[in-house]
Amino acid sequence: MAARKPKLAVWKFASCDGCQLTLLDCEDELLSLSGRIEIAYFREATRAEVGGPYDLSIVDGSITTAADRERILEVRRMSKVLVTIGTCATAGGIQALRNFRDVEEFRSLVYARPEYIDTLATSTAISRHVPVDFELQGCPIQKGQLLQVIVAFLNGHRPTVPAYSVCVQCKSRGNVCVMVAHGTPCLGPITHAGCGALCPSYDRGCYGCFGPMETPNPRSLSRWFLDHGTPRNALVRSLRSFYAGADAFQRESVRLEQEEEPAAPRRDR
Amino acid sequence: MKERSRTIRVGTLARVEGSGALTIRLKGKQATAVELNIFEPPRFFEALLRGRSHMEVPDITSRICGICPVAYQMSSCHAIEDALGIRVDGALRALRRLLYCGEWIESHSLHAFMLHAPDFLGYPDAVAMAKDHPEAVKRGLRIKKTGNAIMTILGGREIHPVNVRVGGFYRAPTRAELRALLPEIEWALGAIGESLAWASRFSFPDFERDYEFVALRHRGEYPFTEGRIVSSRGLDVTAREFDAQCVEEQVPYSTALHARLRDRGAYLCGPLARFNLNFDRLGDVAREAALSAGLEARCRNPFKSILVRLVEILQALDEARRIIESYTPPEQPFVVVKARAATGYGATEAPRGMLFHRYTIDGDGLIADARIVPPTSQNQKTMEEDLFAMASVLADLPLSEATWRAEQAVRNYDPCISCSTHFLDCRIERE
Repeated sequence: MAARKPKLAVWKFASCDGCQLTLLDCEDELLSLSGRIEIAYFREATRAEVGGPYDLSIVDGSITTAADRERILEVRRMSKVLVTIGTCATAGGIQALRNFRDVEEFRSLVYARPEYIDTLATSTAISRHVPVDFELQGCPIQKGQLLQVIVAFLNGHRPTVPAYSVCVQCKSRGNVCVMVAHGTPCLGPITHAGCGALCPSYDRGCYGCFGPMETPNPRSLSRWFLDHGTPRNALVRSLRSFYAGADAFQRESVRLEQEEEPAAPRRDR
Repeated sequence: MKERSRTIRVGTLARVEGSGALTIRLKGKQATAVELNIFEPPRFFEALLRGRSHMEVPDITSRICGICPVAYQMSSCHAIEDALGIRVDGALRALRRLLYCGEWIESHSLHAFMLHAPDFLGYPDAVAMAKDHPEAVKRGLRIKKTGNAIMTILGGREIHPVNVRVGGFYRAPTRAELRALLPEIEWALGAIGESLAWASRFSFPDFERDYEFVALRHRGEYPFTEGRIVSSRGLDVTAREFDAQCVEEQVPYSTALHARLRDRGAYLCGPLARFNLNFDRLGDVAREAALSAGLEARCRNPFKSILVRLVEILQALDEARRIIESYTPPEQPFVVVKARAATGYGATEAPRGMLFHRYTIDGDGLIADARIVPPTSQNQKTMEEDLFAMASVLADLPLSEATWRAEQAVRNYDPCISCSTHFLDCRIERE
């Protein structure tokens, strides 16, 4: 008897849809992938719907409403393996900027009848609500890495996605360091690799859209930024963008706001 | 005989971008209610832009939509440049058009081949359709990839490109980088004709309405980034004037605002509107292809928007080829901008329709106020009106077919719900 194809489900919460679109952007792989895996639930791609349980659930988007807070529990119950993709699902996304402000103000700024709008005060990562088996970073995620994650789970092993910084990829591309050579502020030293060091390859500093690397040292980078003339509020904004809700970036942006004077006096080693 | 009542209800609309539902209540052959319920959670972009630097805006607004990030970047840049009093011309302007060509090709191919075509041929999705129509689907995917390749070379990546900045680009591509795209563009220019011939044989529901079409119109070009905002009923305004003409209303069942024209009502933007208002601006290749696919200068059947999208892919491929062949890198990749306190307005043509942005910038270069009117919120009311208009047809169809047809009517608009929320689950109720 032929082995049953594993069932894939793709779920959407608050997001721009870009990360799940990445799957449809796999023009060369999509049809062959669908030969190995049953696309059982994927609203952006199909009207058909096969019931759970699912072998692999891919979750795009953050939790921003009471209804979604309940729905993710149901998704977790139906899923053997649950992988979250992109900053929204792994760190709350750009919409987590509300976490630093008053959501009531946001609601009434955008909507004339705010009482019709159901929203939570915060935008949070999926892992704050249910256990997650693997988190794939990026805003948006990188196509090759998504395929690697799916294939790894099809074969029953954990994906190997490097957690080092953008600098490593930047060096291996042979880029000249934009920070050292041009003084351009760059979040590369504390940002998770995956994009292939795109921004420095396009003559701009990294803006942190893959979130914090493993064990980053943002405080040290902050000092460099401040010493080279980046205004403190601009530095806070750069940490508080697509990964504002990620622990390492959030802690540093809060610290910078709370400390009036420029960080700590520079320590000579 | 007692009048039959029923409800057509689609719990979560499929093959649209974002989350929405549809409920239609029918009494006999009349619709008593049509509600497009967009339950995409609101993300409050206009609020979170406040206090950000004007230079950060294109990166942030691209995150409104993963399907049309370039449109958000372009409308943002144009609005901010309007506020700062600068103009981006020459090779930089051509590169912006080229990037937009890439997005139109990618987004239109996604919709035409993967989201819309399965409706006409009776499949749940493109993968199932590929079993019986392998060549048509593979061809579509390769055309889509051509668009993505343009965005990747020029923007760094196809979703949320990194190379766009207020004033132009961070780095201008070399001639060789762009010319490497030509072989696939040439292939796609040949292949799209076959796709158009394939789609023109679909069976199109007999449905037309007298829409007020709204689109940009430029003095010489099929519109992407520039032009006056015109309508088929005489509207002819600048983006600045449009700000006061366009009224957005909130309805209790949707997180997307409904737009209408002041004193005029619902209107339609997107491929059908652009085509009807700018037929004479199509290049020769696209115009001839349109005519041979059976489209005329006037097309009021929204189900035929799939043909118009294919014609627009052709137009974008043709334009991309022209831009690449005549490209000479600019001396500087961007125009230097200097912040000042001002309000600016910008409107460009996203694949789904006109996208309007307005920003007020303070003396420190920070955003004090933002207004974003995406195409799907402009089209929402028109989508609902289409469903009211087809009620008698829906009433006569078995429920499963009626539901399918109603969903298809919404998909005609390639609704992008992530953008509009600020949409799809479909219900037809017969009272």
